[in-house]
Amino acid sequence: MTISIRSVEKKFGRYPALNSVNLEIADGELVALLGPSGSGKTTLLRTIAGLEFPDAGQVLFEGQDVTFASAAARRVGFVFQQYALFKHMTVARNIAFGLDVRKGKDKPPKAEIARRVDELLKLVELEGLGKRYPSQLSGGQRQRVALSRALAVQPSVLLLDEPFGALDATVRKSLRKELRRVHDATGVTTIFVTHDQEEALELADRVAILNAGRIEQIGTPHEVHDNPATPFVCGFVGEANRFEGTVSGGRFTSGPVILPAPDAAGGAALAFVRPHDLVLDAEGFAAKVERVVIQGPLANVDASLPDGRRIEICAARDEAAKFSSDIRLSARRAHVFAA
Amino acid sequence: MAVATKADFRHPTDDPLWAKIVIIGLVLAFLGLVLILPLVAVFAEALRKGLGPALDAVATPDAWAAIKLTLITAGIAVPFNALFGLCAAWAIAKHDFPGKPLLITLIDLPFSVSPVVAGLIYVLVFGLQGWFGEHLIDHDIKIIFAVPGIVLATIFVTFPFIARELIPLMQEQGVSEEEAAVSMGASGLYTFWRVTAPNVRWGLLYGVLLCNARAMGEFGAVSVVSGHIRGLTNTMPLHVEILYNEYDFVSAFAVAALLCLLAIVTLVLKSVLEIAQPDVKRGGGH
Repeated sequence: MTISIRSVEKKFGRYPALNSVNLEIADGELVALLGPSGSGKTTLLRTIAGLEFPDAGQVLFEGQDVTFASAAARRVGFVFQQYALFKHMTVARNIAFGLDVRKGKDKPPKAEIARRVDELLKLVELEGLGKRYPSQLSGGQRQRVALSRALAVQPSVLLLDEPFGALDATVRKSLRKELRRVHDATGVTTIFVTHDQEEALELADRVAILNAGRIEQIGTPHEVHDNPATPFVCGFVGEANRFEGTVSGGRFTSGPVILPAPDAAGGAALAFVRPHDLVLDAEGFAAKVERVVIQGPLANVDASLPDGRRIEICAARDEAAKFSSDIRLSARRAHVFAA
Repeated sequence: MAVATKADFRHPTDDPLWAKIVIIGLVLAFLGLVLILPLVAVFAEALRKGLGPALDAVATPDAWAAIKLTLITAGIAVPFNALFGLCAAWAIAKHDFPGKPLLITLIDLPFSVSPVVAGLIYVLVFGLQGWFGEHLIDHDIKIIFAVPGIVLATIFVTFPFIARELIPLMQEQGVSEEEAAVSMGASGLYTFWRVTAPNVRWGLLYGVLLCNARAMGEFGAVSVVSGHIRGLTNTMPLHVEILYNEYDFVSAFAVAALLCLLAIVTLVLKSVLEIAQPDVKRGGGH
């Protein structure tokens, strides 16, 4: 199922939630909508689902205009942030709900529904838990039930709103892999909303980064990380040290800090440097090490510039000893934007 | 530095012992004076001449008629308000529409209006000199000084109870379960019966019990529209008043005691519900 979002606008009162959003999603893709809270990512997801209707613009499914079609007519599977499982129904009844509500010849026979429920429980590795109630499940298990309930209707597109938001870190990680596995097994076009960049970068084929109701950049995780299109993306995706300064003659200068800016136009500019792009260099600018934290194979270094600004450096653990007190640094690479 | 004693490990928000004693004592004294003492007095007065006369007072035809009328009135008013409360709570908690704050205020109106005024409203509308008075006489329909008026007045006075119980409950539950149901193709009605209603059934029952207790005990509004016709339009609270005014204290207190018993049974049921369903306020679930 291909999905096209064309110039979609949505206002809540006077507050614009979506501002002329365009997005093309290919069949079978796994796309993340990434942004801070209030960026409009959930509104965009709900607009695709048919739970919210745009003030202007179009939503197309497979070239068909579904802008004002109901969620049911669009055949979307939606996984809600807090799962929204039916508390008074067993897991099996929850999963079967989308099939149970069908009428007449569209409704599969009982045995067929039961078979489908078993199949889905197996897909999300919850075999044998069909008779439990949602309150008897852990957070991760509830999430899986919500996922299989959404898949039960064989949706044309699977939509997930902050699917891992309410889970602890370990469960989060394993469910991420699980979602990827389920997506690959079913091949259903999938869109999920997250504010966690790590989650988006790890899981998605492509990431759309939203800010203040606009899409700032769409690209593969690799692209948005290595070639951020805007200062916002640069600051939001991945860690970055931010400098304000000026560009002249292919060099960015901010006080003592000098960074390479071969392609930037002259004038006032903003520069971002990833912590791992800062390297020890006897010819570089001076900094004072304040703290070295070893995290697995990495050494994260907090340092300060002579004028008091703080910077972060990330190096290999073996290099930790070299960050004794006074160091000199240079940047292998910087992302420079005209201010 | 002094060695820490057990007293140093009090809960941070705990009050000193003397304060607890004073506060709890005050509450108990107040409760005893304004609640327990009168309740005991009702039963003591009713049984002053023994159980026999008390039972006789309750068994008179007029008393029976009053009991029956009270039960009929509650039997109509409570289901009506349950239906209204469900609809109103559903509309307010699950939907957005213009004028919603106004509707919420209107639902509270019976709480803020004096019951006597509530009764007078119906007299003004349906009474002999009222707006529809002549029309009603022409068609031989009796509302004021008859059962329909009593039921209407009771409905008016008790109608916030169930809605007020359900609105916060439904609001807290949010709309995502309903959205989930609708996104899977469920119709509005199917969603209501299969998703919304089961989630609020305990809150609904709780509201029904409270509403019932109030409906049986309503005096002011009913007194205005009833006409106090013995054996016909007297509910239990009105019957108590009449007996008392006739200095028939034993009978008055006997009927009052019965009314108290009904209320106590309701409250006991309510407590049993709360114990059986610890999260009754949240309508079950996790």
